[in-house]
Amino acid sequence: MSLTTDLKRTPLFDAHLASKARMVDFGGWNMPVQYSSILEEHNAVRTSVGLFDVSHMGEIDVIGPEAVQLVDYVATNHAAKLKIGQAHYSALLYPHGGIVDDILVHKVADDHIFICVNASNQEKDFEHIAAANRFRAKVEFTSDRYAQLAIQGPRAIDTLQKLTGTNLAEIKYYWFADGQISGIDARIARTGYTGEDGFEIYIPPSEAARIWDELLAAGAEFGIRPCGLGARNTLRLEAKMALYGHELTASITPLEADLAWIVKMDKGDFIGRAALEKQQHEGLKRKLVGFEMRSRGIARDGYEVIIEGHPAGWVTSGGPSPTLNKNIGLCYLPVEKARPGVSMQVMIRNVPVEAETVQTPFYKRPAAQRPVAPAKN
Amino acid sequence: MTYPETYKYTKEHEWVRVEGDQATVGISDHAQHELGDIVFVDLPKPGTQVVKGQTFGSVESVKAVSDVYSPVSGNVLEANDLLSKTPERLNEDPHGDAWLIKVKLAPGSAEEISSLMSAADYQKYVGAE
Repeated sequence: MSLTTDLKRTPLFDAHLASKARMVDFGGWNMPVQYSSILEEHNAVRTSVGLFDVSHMGEIDVIGPEAVQLVDYVATNHAAKLKIGQAHYSALLYPHGGIVDDILVHKVADDHIFICVNASNQEKDFEHIAAANRFRAKVEFTSDRYAQLAIQGPRAIDTLQKLTGTNLAEIKYYWFADGQISGIDARIARTGYTGEDGFEIYIPPSEAARIWDELLAAGAEFGIRPCGLGARNTLRLEAKMALYGHELTASITPLEADLAWIVKMDKGDFIGRAALEKQQHEGLKRKLVGFEMRSRGIARDGYEVIIEGHPAGWVTSGGPSPTLNKNIGLCYLPVEKARPGVSMQVMIRNVPVEAETVQTPFYKRPAAQRPVAPAKN
Repeated sequence: MTYPETYKYTKEHEWVRVEGDQATVGISDHAQHELGDIVFVDLPKPGTQVVKGQTFGSVESVKAVSDVYSPVSGNVLEANDLLSKTPERLNEDPHGDAWLIKVKLAPGSAEEISSLMSAADYQKYVGAE
């Protein structure tokens, strides 16, 4: 293994090396894939609390009297419906309906939208939004101003609460508050990519290492673990959260990706709308669906799916589910097959292995651990 | 971790222990450590022919799948049943209980085996990697 020097580093790079993390190239970033064991890290998040460095994620601020209009023109969800302090999941589309990126949109003020985007897409996203800007708004690429940490798991709230005066219990799921963590200005969002309760915090890069250490100390009594991208992937897969480059690409539309719930066709025009309307009118041809392996074997990204002896689709993500102790995955199938209970085979190294489509998400946390969700609109 | 001196090692991180005309094949401690949590091991059925340098199965961790290459040529006598139910044993005892296959060596394999690395050479090899 070699550490390539031109990979980008987060402010926590030295902390990861000191923790003996195994580092990998993740979309041009030198990131920890695991510290101790992916399974142990995964289980820590499901049962107690885990801490992730997600500072590679990008940030874009849209500021100005028509900031909301610009976001509503470039993204699929309805930003005008957000209240100040509320966030939602959304997507940027190409005119042909393919996905530029999936994003988290936060309404900071009537004239300020804060967007969190995927690391390897951030420059592309910024260009895309800036190029569409015919509004009274300024688009700022602000990734350098933020480090981002994710504190996830049923004890995340107890861990983070020790470091902040903001009453975390008052932040509802997919809402956020600007407050302080350990004396430093921070944006505290009750969001995550694990299927558990938890928070994603945005802090100055210069303070990241200190706050990282303080969070680990605060969570020590709960058995907190630093968690790498390996556990992040198994956790998000169980929760059926999409990963750009796998479920989502430039040649997949959000309707195909089972993300119709973030597409608000009735809000007015937006980039990609006409293509989605056409697709709705003509009918979807393929759709994302979950599956479980029925015979021994693990499906992986890119493996072919066979139904009734014919190529039918492909696996976008697959692997073991540590929580369910099953081998699971997501795949694209013809829309008439994209429902639970369909027998299929995954080609694993030239051998067809039995699998079956199932309901998703594969894992949903117990209701008692769910923070109050915002009312559905 | 010490590497047993009676074993021979490949650059692809398999080991082989020869007893008469039989060989036992596994993966090294270095290999299991690099893979991380092992969740699935795919091995050939008895009677399958294996050829030196060619893949005979795979070991999967949570994150990835890796092929395993045979250090010797011959026919599979036995695949380790322990690993079908408890693949994690490969993380715990890669040089012992969690061997992968036993092979009846093809004639002339003594030469194949002598070209492999000794424990000391392998230790240097993984230290430098």
